[in-house]
Amino acid sequence: MLQLKRHPNKLGIGGWLLKGRWGYERYLYILHRITGLGILTYFLLHIFVTSSRVLGMKTWEAVMGVLHHPVFMLGEYAVYAAFIFHALNGIRLILIEYGFAVGKAEEPVYPYRSSVNVQRPLGVGVMVLAVILALVGAARFFMLNGG
Amino acid sequence: MTNERKSCEVVFHVRRFNPETDEKPYWQQFTVKVEPGMTVLDGLHQIKRQHDFSLAWRYSCRMGVCGSCGMLINGSATLACNTQILDISDRNLTIAALPNFKIIRDLVSDLSPMFEKHVAVLPYMLRDDIQEMHEPTGEYYQSPDDLLEYLQFTYCIKCGCCMAACPTMATDDAFLGPQPLAQAYRYTIDNRDDGTDRRKKAVTVEHGLFRCHYGGECSAVCPKGVDPARAIQLMKKQLFFDFLKLTKHKTPAHVLGRPEGVERNPKIPEPPPYTVEQE
Ligand code: FES
Repeated sequence: MLQLKRHPNKLGIGGWLLKGRWGYERYLYILHRITGLGILTYFLLHIFVTSSRVLGMKTWEAVMGVLHHPVFMLGEYAVYAAFIFHALNGIRLILIEYGFAVGKAEEPVYPYRSSVNVQRPLGVGVMVLAVILALVGAARFFMLNGG
Repeated sequence: MTNERKSCEVVFHVRRFNPETDEKPYWQQFTVKVEPGMTVLDGLHQIKRQHDFSLAWRYSCRMGVCGSCGMLINGSATLACNTQILDISDRNLTIAALPNFKIIRDLVSDLSPMFEKHVAVLPYMLRDDIQEMHEPTGEYYQSPDDLLEYLQFTYCIKCGCCMAACPTMATDDAFLGPQPLAQAYRYTIDNRDDGTDRRKKAVTVEHGLFRCHYGGECSAVCPKGVDPARAIQLMKKQLFFDFLKLTKHKTPAHVLGRPEGVERNPKIPEPPPYTVEQE
């Protein structure tokens, strides 16, 4: 049989962002991955930074001095916000992925209502909570550090 | 807003690729006169008739039943025959082959990896009473509630739209994907089936069931309302309870024998004779 070449058409990382109907859940999916990677990066940096203590008091203080720069303060807040999002969305995902928030199978009658619609209130509720916690955190974070 | 629609000219931006002559896909534009009621599939026919007879795509039923015409229309995976052009645009339309599958030619994507994964999850009834399966003496008992448990997932037409929209598929070739996983659940939850353990082995592979993290896209794009995301989460639930030993052992549905003392209604015709030789 004649075998013609096929052209690869995999979306790769771009596929996280492109080619969808852009449902609310897809944003959460992407943010969950990004915040997860962000927290992991922070964790590695954290080990690296705190390990500078073994190089003596001087190095430690120098490093701490750098970390008081506003950019790092902002970064720290970003880690906090990412953590809040990741934790709350994680709880939502656990509920969904163990089948507790997706409803029962139903006959598809047009216009279709899928499990995505069923779990949406949970998704919205959890994100409202995340925003509130992030704002409360912001107030405390910047007031304490600024004042 | 009025529902009145007028015919207009729509520019189709079509992603072309000919394996014999092209190194990589390119975009080509065609202007199509669109009448109200025309589907994207009709538009493609128009192009073939009036502009370029070499344009290739796959279709058969023209009514959202066969699952052949899945393609990427204005960025989302859907059926060309099920999409009214004027519903989505009266100016520009981009059409490309379904992503996450290799392109055979123009809008034809190679769905065979999906079919292979589908076969891998054992999408058929698994039971021990082989004799009964081959020469049935009656029907297996099933209540309307039992039927509802899996009915939704039987509407899958294997168009591949869910596989193209899934963000996990985009970075993980080996992921079984929404279509096969939903079908694995469809059979596992069927009360006539007794293959949960075997199917469990097939779906809990490294790139299997638990790689789904609910992007929800498969269910959003499914043209038949199959809701693969729900099937996948419900299957995880089933396996989770199974792992905790909280599920009762289910005995597969028994055979409902022919009722005794009842005459067969002579108006019901006998089945036609076999057309192939029986072993
Ligand atoms: S041609 Fe059959 S589904 Fe579109």
